[in-house]
Amino acid sequence: MYWLRWAWAELKNEVLVLPSRTLVLAWVAAVLLLPVVYGDAYVMRILTMTCIFAIFAASWDLLAGYTGQVNFGHALFFGAGAYTSALMSHKLGITPWATLWAGAAVAMFFGFVVGYLCLRLRGSYLSLATLAFPLIALGLLFAFPDFSGGELGISGLRRFVLTPTANYYVASISMLAIVFGLWKLADSKFGIVLHAIRDDEVAARASGINTPRYKLIVFAVAAGAAGFAGALFAHYLRVAGPSTLEVALSFQVVIWGIFGGVATIYGPVAAVFILYPLTEWLGSFKAFGELRLLIFAVIVLLVLLFMPRGLTPWVRDKIETQCPRCKQRNGAWRKACRLCGAVLEAEVTGAQRLVGHQ
Amino acid sequence: MLQDILVTGLVNGGVYALLAVGFSLVFGVARIVNIAHTAFYMLAAYAFYTLLVKGGLGFVLSGVLAVGGVTLLSVLCYRLVIEPVREHEAAVLIATVALAYIFQELMLLTFGGHYLGIPSTLEGGVRLLGVSIPYQRMLILVVAAVMLTAVWFILYRTRLGLAIRATANDLEVANLMGMNVNRVAMATVAISVALAAIAGVVVAPVFVVDPFMWLSPLVTMLAIVVLGGLGSLKGSLIGALIIGYVEAITVFALPAGAYLKGAVALAIMVAVLLARPEGLFGVAFEEER
Repeated sequence: MYWLRWAWAELKNEVLVLPSRTLVLAWVAAVLLLPVVYGDAYVMRILTMTCIFAIFAASWDLLAGYTGQVNFGHALFFGAGAYTSALMSHKLGITPWATLWAGAAVAMFFGFVVGYLCLRLRGSYLSLATLAFPLIALGLLFAFPDFSGGELGISGLRRFVLTPTANYYVASISMLAIVFGLWKLADSKFGIVLHAIRDDEVAARASGINTPRYKLIVFAVAAGAAGFAGALFAHYLRVAGPSTLEVALSFQVVIWGIFGGVATIYGPVAAVFILYPLTEWLGSFKAFGELRLLIFAVIVLLVLLFMPRGLTPWVRDKIETQCPRCKQRNGAWRKACRLCGAVLEAEVTGAQRLVGHQ
Repeated sequence: MLQDILVTGLVNGGVYALLAVGFSLVFGVARIVNIAHTAFYMLAAYAFYTLLVKGGLGFVLSGVLAVGGVTLLSVLCYRLVIEPVREHEAAVLIATVALAYIFQELMLLTFGGHYLGIPSTLEGGVRLLGVSIPYQRMLILVVAAVMLTAVWFILYRTRLGLAIRATANDLEVANLMGMNVNRVAMATVAISVALAAIAGVVVAPVFVVDPFMWLSPLVTMLAIVVLGGLGSLKGSLIGALIIGYVEAITVFALPAGAYLKGAVALAIMVAVLLARPEGLFGVAFEEER
């Protein structure tokens, strides 16, 4: 009874006061409860893929958004996870539940190597150099088709579980765990260091932060999460093919990340949950089937013209205001800050925006 | 085989140089990583095909019209899509990615996904040192050389070129000196896309023309630009020749070389970056923090 009262108080005072937190709560509830309400196999399939890609996009954001290492070759880690898990379970006959972790570990190793190679690179150099790695891997896969299956990849993999709903729960629960884990990590002291590295690496180093070590750790963590997503993907579709390493997938994750708003973790996840089902749904119409990618690109372009910082920061600024005194966030309808009581005036924020515009 | 390597490397290097110099120019002046750069190259190839095969215009006329049209389109895209989000680097980046996808899908819708055959501009060939070189490949080489010289002339012998170099050097100061930085950036975009479009027109009869033809030169071009040093024209030129020859050697000398040519070229780029993070001719980072 006490715990119930405590939970209700927490819920009322910490979650429901902010629209953004309420939205997150509603989203978690929806993700967990949807199969109970509406368990259509097609919907389950799309949402399973959405969850897998949400992990992938969130891991990119930790690396690119928080640390500023804008990776154009994130598909390498996805593909490494997919191929490792697929090869191990197919050739050695190990259960996918174990090879999943092996895939994540190998991806982590790849992340470490890429991070090590890219330690001295910055900005656009890093982006363009990282673009090369998945393509090198792709070239090697095509050159040794006996081992990798060449163009066709490795097919006929085992699934984790058999029913669509159970598969959905495997993907969605891992998605929730990883996304909240990454979010917690990015919100911790570790995440603040990452912000510092992105904003000014020299200053961070001068403050006594071992920036190479942090960058390597971030590369490994992000790659591990992406590899996990890749392994889930391979065993869900029952095939690990060259498409997991393609430039298109690397660009896709960059689009998701920037569309949703970088350095937020929830932004890219929201972007995947909006864009992926949307494009699939559009693709299901006969007339739109061929226009799918076109419509996708046009939507991305239009949204960016109006919200250049991405979708979620824009929405968050609409539904919440920041207290000028204590920097806590408040619902947009409040007249006074919920924590320190300072007056929240719309006119003042307008003037501040004029002055403080970068 | 040696002669094959020499000729193929030189021709591919010339095409890559046209692409990479343009990309480098825009990056240097406007700090735009233009992913859609090779999409314009693809568009030019399609425009050339339409005007030549469907429209029945001559080679020269359709080539000039294709290049002009694509250049105009690029300036339009720059004004409508890139300029409004210029301050947000990330937004510019995916705006160009989105543009590239839009062009790809539009071409896929209009022409379908199959390869298009385009008749050679010049038939026949010449035998040189025991290897036969089709005139079309000679044409590519000549056009590339002429265009690169023209770019050099514009950059180093005209007032516009002076403005472009000044803007690339320091945007704020150039602005303070009374240059219209936005117009300089626009002119640079036009020059750069014109180069890509010319490359697209001359290679159309030799390479395959399909809606996805922009992806593989894009990656090679980015590798070249990073290898040579971002924003450095000399670097792009030398990088293009290096990568062109490396690809040719891989294709002719290694088993399964056709699959590995991209991988080897990219591996060389990574190796150079390990030794010199700013590329062969790039500026060291410490200045721009």
